[in-house]
Amino acid sequence: MAARSKMILGRVAQAIPVVMGVVVISFLLTRALPGDPAAYFAGPAADEASIAEIRETLGLDKPLVQQFFYYVGDLIRGDLGTSLTTGQTVLTDLGARLPASLELTLAALLLSCAIAIPLGVLAATRPGTWVDHLCRVLVTAGVSMPTFFTGILLIYIFYYLAGLAPSPLGRLDFIYLSPPHVTGFYLIDAALAGDWETWLGALKQLVLPATTLALFTLAPIARMTRAAMLSALSSDFIRTARAAGLSDGKVLFGYAFRNALLPVVTTLGMVFSFTLGANVLVEKVFAWPGIGSYAVEALVVSDYAAVQGFVLAMALLFVALNLVIDIAYALIDPRIGLN
Amino acid sequence: MADMTASTPDTTRRKGDTTLGHIVYVLRDNPVTMLAFAMLAFFLGCAFFGPALVPYDPLATNAARALEAPSWDHWFGTDNLGRDVFSRVIVATRLDLTISVAAVALSFVIGSILGSIAGYWGGWLDAVLNRCLDTIMAFPLFVLAMGVVAALGNTVENIIYATAIINIPFYARLVRAEVNIRRHSGFAQAAKLAGNSDLRVLAVHIFPNSLPPMMVQVSLNLGWAILNAAGLSFIGLGVAPPTPEWGIMVAEGANFIVSGEWWLAVFPGLWLMLAVFTFNLLGDGLRDIVDPRKRT
Repeated sequence: MAARSKMILGRVAQAIPVVMGVVVISFLLTRALPGDPAAYFAGPAADEASIAEIRETLGLDKPLVQQFFYYVGDLIRGDLGTSLTTGQTVLTDLGARLPASLELTLAALLLSCAIAIPLGVLAATRPGTWVDHLCRVLVTAGVSMPTFFTGILLIYIFYYLAGLAPSPLGRLDFIYLSPPHVTGFYLIDAALAGDWETWLGALKQLVLPATTLALFTLAPIARMTRAAMLSALSSDFIRTARAAGLSDGKVLFGYAFRNALLPVVTTLGMVFSFTLGANVLVEKVFAWPGIGSYAVEALVVSDYAAVQGFVLAMALLFVALNLVIDIAYALIDPRIGLN
Repeated sequence: MADMTASTPDTTRRKGDTTLGHIVYVLRDNPVTMLAFAMLAFFLGCAFFGPALVPYDPLATNAARALEAPSWDHWFGTDNLGRDVFSRVIVATRLDLTISVAAVALSFVIGSILGSIAGYWGGWLDAVLNRCLDTIMAFPLFVLAMGVVAALGNTVENIIYATAIINIPFYARLVRAEVNIRRHSGFAQAAKLAGNSDLRVLAVHIFPNSLPPMMVQVSLNLGWAILNAAGLSFIGLGVAPPTPEWGIMVAEGANFIVSGEWWLAVFPGLWLMLAVFTFNLLGDGLRDIVDPRKRT
């Protein structure tokens, strides 16, 4: 156990230089604003004197290294600047919109795993057959679809033609009231409040965007599952298990699948990165009020503080998630920390 | 020793042993790759000759024939300003391919240089480079590209730079690994003993060995680069309307999809998807040619 906690501490320590690098890059992005940042933060109506004043308050007249420490100080206090469009601090805005993005992302990942993992197992147990080839073509097509295009296509088919889906405008149709805020996840909040009508309404809104994201992430998960299952199935302990006369189901799911799951969990980290990026596009298509569409709106009106806050928040989220996955990996796998 | 060199039989070498023979063999075995090459040729043709061949001026508006469904006159229909969607889709090929090829070429060159240096000399250079690459990879890549374009300014060149930056780690890591395993190999030491400088050994003797896996990476990356660039222009970065570009055309067409004018968004989106699909298939196919063991 001591070896394992040491390993986990080591992994946490590895994340520190990455976080520092992320902060440096986001600082450089702030300083690389086109034109004069002071003139930009002062707004369009500012005169020379107020620009000079802003420059002084922002510390832009100081050397770059000193500016960097000011920036880090601001970050530690949680100050990401103020959004020009909403007039609130970027941190408040991001905090208010993050649950919407997370709900969408997690729903998409769950859906994607629910389809891709059985597909991968199926392909691995029948390598070289038509099932295998079909899986390959399907997932390659999925990853070639631009998410924004998939989303639009699904809207056309299921909203315009079939009339099955509700109008693609946000998390909840305006005939429902949003559930009382507990976690910010509408599905969980509505269930907690016992309001099943709202729950169903929120689910209906969620289905199309989550499917769009899930289609995009099928390929890496299915491929990794297939490869991991193939290598697990060809290993010695499976041969022994079969020779001992265990049933096919027991061999497949009790032994091979449990071993194959570990690389799949690692792949999920990479897939999460894809999803966070694709999220931006999907949120725009479905007018989903998450942090991705927040960043897009901010980009359109050149609200740089909001964009950079978003980029930094996404990177930190991603680093944290990878950390959690690695630690989970160490906890799941009994071999790690023993030798 | 003399025996062994003498016994290398030229006569027993079969036709399939040459590189070209191997490629032909793999292609015959894998019609999908053949199809991918044909599609690549088609897209290149569109990029080179498209603007000269299209039936309409991609920017010419015609209010009398706005929002017409696909017909013999307008294969892909017309958009809200009466512009011919088919002409716009074909003309856009050049811009989209240019952006992705330029971005991939940039990241190929920069990644090769950085990776070669780190792999050959190792030490603190290697450690510093690895930390930098880790940092880039710590960002969700599309999000980083958005941040870079927002910071540098909203132009097509900056889209190219942003796409190049997010792809550099893949090339640098690949080259680093390939160079690293060969830096002490016999042929490298022989070249060094023959009086070649470190730089020459690296550039002429070691680096070319990493080209085959790099080609696979390039092909897969071109697909991502197109997706990335189209995604950026979809959210309003980079290419400005009325320039025909697939991402923008889908974004503009999205406003009409809920009222049933599907052809505005579907055709450019389909073209975009085909282009990405082509490069993905090509990457898979090239991988089979370069390294048959890595088939998954």
